[in-house]
Amino acid sequence: MSTQPKRTLRLGLIAATMATVLVGAACGGTTRGSEDNANPSGNQATGQANPDAPLVEGLDVAFLPKQVNNPYFTVADGGGKSATEEFKGKYKEVGPSEASASSQVSYINTLSQQQTDVIATSANDPNAICGALNSARQAGAKVVTFDSDTKPECRDVFVNQATAEGIAENQVKLISEQIGGAGKIAILSATPNATNQNAWIELMRAELKKPEHGKIELVTVAYGNDEDQKSFQETQGLLRSYPDLKGIVSPTTVGVAAAARYLSGSEYKGKVALTGLGTPNQMREFVKDGTVKAFALWNPADLGYLAAYAGAALASGQITGAEGEKFKAGKLGEYTIGKDGVVVLGPPTVFDQGNIDQFDF
Amino acid sequence: MARDTVAVDVPGAPAEPAAGVLRSALVRWDTALLVVLVAVVVIAGVLVEGFASGRNLQFLLLDVIAIALIALPLTLIVITGEIDLSVASTLGLCSAAMGQLWVAGLPLELIVVLVIGLGAVLGAVNAVFVTKFALPSLAVTIGTLAAYRGLAFVVLGDQAVADFPFRWTEAASGTVGDGAVPWAAVITAVLAIVFGVVLHATPFGRSLYAMGNNAEAATFAGIRVARAKFWLFVASGAVSGLAGVYWTLRFASARADNAAGLELAVVAAVLLGGVSIFGGRGTLLGVLLGVLLLGAVRNALQLADVAADTLNVVTGGLLIASVVVPNVITLTRALWRRRSRTA
Amino acid sequence: MSARLAAPAVPPAEADESRTRFVRKLWLAREFGIVVALGLLVLVTTLDNPAFLSPQSLRDLLLGAAILVVLAVGQTVVIISRNIDLSVGAVLGLVAFATGKLLSTAPGTPAVVAILAGVGLGAVCGVVNGVLVAAARVPALVITLGTLYAFRGIDHSWAQGQQINASDMPRSFLRLGTWTVLGIPVLAVIAVVVMAVVGFYLRSYRSGRELYAIGSEPAAARLSGIPVGRRVLTSFVLCGALAGLAGVLYAARFGTVDATVGTGIELQVVAAAVVGGVAIFGGSGSVYGAALGAVLLTTIGSSLAVLRINPFWQQAVVGGLILAAIGLDRLLAVRAANRLRGRSSHGA
Repeated sequence: MSTQPKRTLRLGLIAATMATVLVGAACGGTTRGSEDNANPSGNQATGQANPDAPLVEGLDVAFLPKQVNNPYFTVADGGGKSATEEFKGKYKEVGPSEASASSQVSYINTLSQQQTDVIATSANDPNAICGALNSARQAGAKVVTFDSDTKPECRDVFVNQATAEGIAENQVKLISEQIGGAGKIAILSATPNATNQNAWIELMRAELKKPEHGKIELVTVAYGNDEDQKSFQETQGLLRSYPDLKGIVSPTTVGVAAAARYLSGSEYKGKVALTGLGTPNQMREFVKDGTVKAFALWNPADLGYLAAYAGAALASGQITGAEGEKFKAGKLGEYTIGKDGVVVLGPPTVFDQGNIDQFDF
Repeated sequence: MARDTVAVDVPGAPAEPAAGVLRSALVRWDTALLVVLVAVVVIAGVLVEGFASGRNLQFLLLDVIAIALIALPLTLIVITGEIDLSVASTLGLCSAAMGQLWVAGLPLELIVVLVIGLGAVLGAVNAVFVTKFALPSLAVTIGTLAAYRGLAFVVLGDQAVADFPFRWTEAASGTVGDGAVPWAAVITAVLAIVFGVVLHATPFGRSLYAMGNNAEAATFAGIRVARAKFWLFVASGAVSGLAGVYWTLRFASARADNAAGLELAVVAAVLLGGVSIFGGRGTLLGVLLGVLLLGAVRNALQLADVAADTLNVVTGGLLIASVVVPNVITLTRALWRRRSRTA
Repeated sequence: MSARLAAPAVPPAEADESRTRFVRKLWLAREFGIVVALGLLVLVTTLDNPAFLSPQSLRDLLLGAAILVVLAVGQTVVIISRNIDLSVGAVLGLVAFATGKLLSTAPGTPAVVAILAGVGLGAVCGVVNGVLVAAARVPALVITLGTLYAFRGIDHSWAQGQQINASDMPRSFLRLGTWTVLGIPVLAVIAVVVMAVVGFYLRSYRSGRELYAIGSEPAAARLSGIPVGRRVLTSFVLCGALAGLAGVLYAARFGTVDATVGTGIELQVVAAAVVGGVAIFGGSGSVYGAALGAVLLTTIGSSLAVLRINPFWQQAVVGGLILAAIGLDRLLAVRAANRLRGRSSHGA
């Protein structure tokens, strides 16, 4: 039906159009750095703080974790709930069932539509939820991030579980103690694009460059994607690839539990040291059977508790998120806001055979 | 493309004596969807605080645009009896490429064109497997679903590129004037009209139904089945690329895992819209109503603080009900039809 | 390694008297192809790192593949009858959580009871799928896409973010995950037994053979008096029950279960079957091929980890493999059709 010349003509036309569009686009287009991409609506700490203002009662506090039904966030949000009950607010937890930034945006829009006073969220992506958070703030909400931050201009306060430096230092110290200060180690991380994981890994590398850790060599970073099966396989791969591996650091709860479970059932038990960030309930078994000597974590319930109080202090006008402001967080005591609106929960807790039974989370 | 089908005289004629009956049933399905959608909107507007507002309409539309876009070419593909499960991975790979090209310093206008072109190429790869090698599209696109997503990670790895100009990211969720309708929704609507006209008002579009009903008969009737399907897959890839541009700008974040799993939502919307998974049946209007209905139900339930788990049960339930209910009603007719087709 | 894994693939061909010699050859060629790919993969990895063939490493490979093998065997039965079950991941997750819940509330439950309960729950999910597909005559792709959402939603609402840990479950049950018999993990033994039993059923029982007939041409199968609905229902119940078994094994192996267990695994399961030569539109393929496909996919994951190849490549490689596998099948099918042309008859 279609004759050859006609077809060639058509293709030629298409090609010509494409070429015109391309040339047109290439001249005078928007390139990286050609335009200021700062968000004009992103504002920092405006207005006056009144440190003596009482906490307002009846605040609507919403917790939006990375993913609902994730045990870690269930515990953290539980802390937020008890704090909210203390200052007589209305608590709720909402969120997507899969950890994606796009579904978080949809929930933020919903919360902003519901005129929520305080949104406490853990960001799946530091940039993707920015726009939605800012429009929620314009609609009157105070935004506290916890666990995983967004860009600073998209929230009022970030409640950091521990400084990245503190975690890196703690993890390197733990593994160094367990392998006798010398030998090859590897890191088993979560997903390759987890912001906080990557920050910690960078700082751990810096920490290892210090002279006191000169005999420790970090051979590789493996990614278990926060999945049991993948973390299992990656642990096996590490032990296969580096037969003289002395220790593994896994700064993620899923990874460290999977690695511990693998080690405890393998010939490497007791020979390869393992530490990381894990929950006492998941790790109890492996601490007791000798696979793991010590590991660390902050208390997620305290993290959520502090985030809720920070939100209430913001909504009550006690603080605005500026550096140097102070607020009281119930049983945890007084906190001071640091640079960029960051509040640090405190140093991580180290769990070992001696104290693990005192914790239940 | 319309030239391909001059040999077809009557739409849906091959091996489909019940076309008239069927068409009225289809109209009824569209009407039913519209009634349900209106009912959901009215009930939610009365019962759910914050639902009936311009801002919420904007949020709702922004949430469904990517699904609506991808559903347009997919509708045509499913009507021909094929399927494309690689759409969300194509979106992800295009988004990753967009980030990488932006980092490389290319102008954004050019990147948009290139990325849509990349989508078309990815669609063409599917098309070659399906039409030239005569492989089942379900298996091919499950393969490219994994392959394209994997390549997205190879292209951009663990990075997220986020420094797109504010003017552009703002425009992606910006509205026409001060109203509630986003620009992106207008573009989607224009594309929907284009696809609607192609499907319902051209010989090419009508030939798609013939293919879906009976590909062999369509071939004998002079329809170039392989060629039509080839261009449909290319269109699916290009539109997925466009959706990738929208997704990247809307979330101001080019990531390899963007829109992972979105294919299920799109397929659910298409099927809820009354398109038969076996091909040969369905309208574009129905699909758009399906997209809006799923979006409105989710939006309303979210505003009513219904947990995400329940939302998933509702989505699944709607999907099952949308196919089971009409099937049970018309089971006898379906049986008779099957018999007449095999005869 | 490859010898041990190849073993299950050989007996069916030997025992397969009912088929024509040519079809037998074709089958052999198809499964032989996977074995060769697997052998090459292991060889390359071992050359790079000899520890890949150590007993511990082989045990790990078998353990890692066992759960996927069980799922792929169930999926094969469904696909052969020209259906598909996308809900297996959700069923696995639901059963894994139910098992954890059962064992943490009643720690005295013997492992056998836990397994039976899990298989039973999985079978119930299979009945739901099967009834909807067989009775309402709705395409399985749509139904199981819907039940994928629904079962997962039920799992989430039940779990409410709760996680069940190794310390909550009795040690005797968890030992199932690590226990070995003559150096072979018991999980792998279970997987091989499941594969052999289902393979025997499909080949030697009338109802099993009828599944192939249904998959080849449903209308013709119905006309020739095969109770299509009942057979399809059976296949879904079998697939659900095996997904349930996989869920119990998952709980035993990983010791940590929450509502997200098994998310997205359906893709791997379908991929394993397709790579293993099970035609996506029914009528041909064997559980042995699917099981080998599952072992191949798992081994790729382990190999990339050992070779320290950027893990980002894994998914792309799996996708390419699926395309290669269906392309190869198409090629073989075209050749078979050419050769069969003119021959009087052939089975199923």
